[in-house]
Amino acid sequence: MKGYNTVYFLKEGVKSIFQRGFMSFAAVTVIIACLLISGSFALVAYNVNELIAEAEQQNELLAFVDETLSDTEALGLAGSIYAVSNVKSAEFVSADQAFVDYSEELGDDADLLEGLDGDALRHRYRILVNDLEQTEQTAEELEQIQGIAKVRYSYELADGIVTMRNIVNVITWLIGALLLVVSVFMISNTVKLATFDRREEIAIMKMVGATNMFIRWPFIVQGFLLGMMGGLVAFFAQWGIYTYAGKIILQYAPVFELIPFGSIAITMLVAFLVVGFIVGVLGGVTTIRRFMRV
Amino acid sequence: MVRFGNVYKNYPNGTRALKGVDIRIDDGEFVFLVGPSGSGKSTVIKLITAEEKATNGKILVNGYNVTSLRSSQIPKLRRTLGVVFQDFRLIENKTVYENVAFAMRVIGASSRRIKQRVPVILELVGLAHKAKRFPHELSGGEMQRVSIARALINNPQVILADEPTGNLDPVRSKEIMMLLEKINELGTTVIVVTHERDIVNSFSKRVVALDGGKVVSDATGGYYQV
Repeated sequence: MKGYNTVYFLKEGVKSIFQRGFMSFAAVTVIIACLLISGSFALVAYNVNELIAEAEQQNELLAFVDETLSDTEALGLAGSIYAVSNVKSAEFVSADQAFVDYSEELGDDADLLEGLDGDALRHRYRILVNDLEQTEQTAEELEQIQGIAKVRYSYELADGIVTMRNIVNVITWLIGALLLVVSVFMISNTVKLATFDRREEIAIMKMVGATNMFIRWPFIVQGFLLGMMGGLVAFFAQWGIYTYAGKIILQYAPVFELIPFGSIAITMLVAFLVVGFIVGVLGGVTTIRRFMRV
Repeated sequence: MVRFGNVYKNYPNGTRALKGVDIRIDDGEFVFLVGPSGSGKSTVIKLITAEEKATNGKILVNGYNVTSLRSSQIPKLRRTLGVVFQDFRLIENKTVYENVAFAMRVIGASSRRIKQRVPVILELVGLAHKAKRFPHELSGGEMQRVSIARALINNPQVILADEPTGNLDPVRSKEIMMLLEKINELGTTVIVVTHERDIVNSFSKRVVALDGGKVVSDATGGYYQV
C-alpha cells in the first residue's frame, strides 16, 4: 500500500467516525461494556482457577498401610502407588510422624492424645493426583494394591471443585462469545450508517475505477479505530474496577486475596486490543459488501 | 474504441433492452446516441461501463473484452472511461476542486500529481475561478462542467455523457455541448446519449439512432430523425 493512500484511508476513517459521532460513541460504549463484562468474568474465572489450583494442592488422598506390613514393606509400596496412572506424588508418612502432625493439628486440645503414641496410628501415604475429576477411580485403584488397607479422601470437595471450575469456565466462554457477537453487530451498524451516508460517493468511486479494496479500506479503518478505542478504554476501566473490587474483597473476606492486576495487565491489554481489533475489522468488512455492487 | 457485435440484453424482469445491436465507434469520434425513452440508449452505456452484462454478443471497449471481463478487471476498464451524468452526481460537502480531485484520489494518484492536474482541467472547463465553491453555490451549467472535469481528470480514452443537458436550459446546453466538442477536438472519443433533437441537429456529428433495442440508423453528419 502506498504511503499517501494510507494517510487518505486514515483521514477518511477518522472523518467517518466524527460524521456519525453519536453512533460511533454508542459503538465504542457497547464495546467497552462488552469487554468489561467479558473481562470481569475472565478475571473471576482466572482467580477461581487459581483458588482451585491451590485447593487441588490441598485435596490429598490418604492411603493407609496395612498394620501387618513391616516398615520396610510399607516403604516398598511407593512403587505400586506410583504405578497408578493419575498419581502425581506420593509422600510416605510414618505412624510416628502422623502422630506428631495430628498433635500439632489439635493444638491446645493435644492433651486428648495423652497416653497414646505412634502405635495408635498407621503408616500412610499422602497422595496428590493429576486430574481431580478421576479422584474416585484413582482411590479405587489404590485400594486394589496389596498392603493398602484403606483410602480416604473428600469426594464432595473434589467434586465441588471440579463442578465450580467447569461452571465458571463455561459461563465465561458463553458470555464472552455472546458479547463478541453484540460488539460486532454494533460496529457493523455504525459502519453501515457511514456507508449509507456515502453511497453516492461509493457509486462515483466505482464509476471512476476505484478498486473494491480501495473503497473498503476507510470503512475497515473506521471499524478498526472504533474497536481499538473501545479496547483501550475498557482496559483502563477494567483496571480500576478490579483494583477497587480487590480492596472491597480484602476488607470483607480477607481470605480471598485477588491476584494483583499488575501481574496480568499486559495479557489483559493485549487481549482487549486483539478483541477490539477483531470486532472492529470484522464489523467493517461485513457491512460494506452490498454497497459495492455498482 | 467501442465495438458492439450482435449484442443482446435481456433484464431479469423480462425486458428485452437490446436485440442484436452492432455499433463501431473509433478513437477520436464524436457520436450522438439518440432514441426515445426505452430504446436501449442507457443500456448501451451500462454495457460499456460493465455495470450490466450482455446476454449475448461481443463488446470491446478500449481493448477490453467486456463480455468476458473478470470483476477484478472492471476498475481498469473504467479508468479508460469518463462518465458524465444528467444529474451531475457531485458530492455536496466537497468543493469543486475536491470533487474533481476525488476522482484522482480514489484510483490511488499521489497528492503531488493531483495538485498538478486538477487546476489544468478546471481551467479547461472554465471553472478555475470557482475551485473553492461548493456544488450548491453553482448554476446547473457549472455543475455539469464540474462533472465533465471529473470525467476528464483521469485522462480517459472515451467520455460517455448520459443526457448531459437534460437538466439545463438551451443556452447552457449549447455551452456544455461545445465543451464536449472541444474535448473531442483534443483527441478524446465522446459519446453523447440524448433525446434532445435540437441539440443533435445543431451539431454536424455522427448520429446512431436506437429504437426498440435495435439500431435504426447510423449516419455521419446525420440528423435526429426518429
